[in-house]
Amino acid sequence: MTTYKQTPSQTVGPYFAYGLCPEQYNFDLKSLFTPSIADRESAGQHISIVGQVFDGEEKVVGDAVIEMAQADSTGRYVSTLAEARKSGFRGFARVGTGTDPELRFVVDTVKPGSTGADSAPHIDVIVLMRGMLLHAYTRIYFDDEADANARDDVLALVPAERRGTLIAKREAGTSNTIYRFDIHLQGPEETVFFDL
Amino acid sequence: MTAPSLILTPRDWDSHPPYCHPGYKSSVLRSPSRPLIPLKENLKDRRVPVYGADDLGKLDHDLTRNAAKNGEPLGERIIVTGRVLDESGRPVRNTLVEIWQANAAGRYVHKADQHAAPLDPNFLGAGRCMTDNDGRYRFLTIKPGAYPWGNHSNAWRPNHIHFSLFGDYFGSRLVTQMYFPGDPLLDLDPIFQGTPEHARNRLISRFSIDTTEEGYALGYEFDIVLRGANQTPTEA
Repeated sequence: MTTYKQTPSQTVGPYFAYGLCPEQYNFDLKSLFTPSIADRESAGQHISIVGQVFDGEEKVVGDAVIEMAQADSTGRYVSTLAEARKSGFRGFARVGTGTDPELRFVVDTVKPGSTGADSAPHIDVIVLMRGMLLHAYTRIYFDDEADANARDDVLALVPAERRGTLIAKREAGTSNTIYRFDIHLQGPEETVFFDL
Repeated sequence: MTAPSLILTPRDWDSHPPYCHPGYKSSVLRSPSRPLIPLKENLKDRRVPVYGADDLGKLDHDLTRNAAKNGEPLGERIIVTGRVLDESGRPVRNTLVEIWQANAAGRYVHKADQHAAPLDPNFLGAGRCMTDNDGRYRFLTIKPGAYPWGNHSNAWRPNHIHFSLFGDYFGSRLVTQMYFPGDPLLDLDPIFQGTPEHARNRLISRFSIDTTEEGYALGYEFDIVLRGANQTPTEA
């Protein structure tokens, strides 16, 4: 039975950097979470997710916090710190959009494996920023996984014409494997956000 | 017979502020305009970061000392403590609580903060700790000052401390702000007022003489309730 009521959410505000992403913003405090989901030595295909956040006037947002959670290259979620330290796969990233000259978020990781027959490789995303009184949830899929995407039970809930907003596009002609994933808060390309 | 399944209690939309609250101007262009797509949360995949107490520094919970360079920070020392619970009142144990705040003069250590109030060389304003077996966290800090902001004419943020928690599930994530009792700015603050009226008092800490340490620091209690798992019998 529910007896306690949820504490309401409030905005992360503009001044989160030294608290949430201190190393990225050059503050003298160890970051508990970094823009890297997987170290170089961890198993799998190493990729980067790169994107920008756009507001309702298509202005790039320079004070967003993006968090990402994903399974490893075999489709397993890491469950203990010891396991993460051994494999170099942390499974989680946190990045602010305020340090890149183009206000991009850049997250280094390995391509996630599928977590089940009805699940295409994906990364779960939490979006926070000044101006958002509560965080938003979205997901990143991959454009070179068309068959798996077609079988994915979450994508199937999304109207077909909006699915593209969840699909990261592999950039051509780069030496590293880079997937582009922009987040649009409003407008014709508004990203699909989930209630979960 | 099917085994009972674990489900996450839903986001309580009656407790949280809406995405778009026009009184808070920057929410207008930064709020999703289309309805969210409901997802059934799959609790077998935790999808919360792994971390441990040994990630934390010894003074991470003590903001009066964790950035001290050549003395103590200025301002009124306070103790901020409380329990992290789920909606059934179960303690959320070993969970990370991260906080950040302005200094006593109302100034943040952030290059974007241009408020003409002094920085404190002995205060960063960031802290974190893990909850104990009762779900309790405890910080020692300096009471943050109010500061002006550009939302509207003569706009001032009430004194507040930012909190960030994950809880046990991807869906129990919470970022919020703790306020102080009796602050006259609360009635005028569109961020606080964005919360439904009946839920606002959950954001205000409680002064506690029991938590107060004699001759040292005033105590404030702030309990935090996160979404949790409920066991529900599966329909036959």
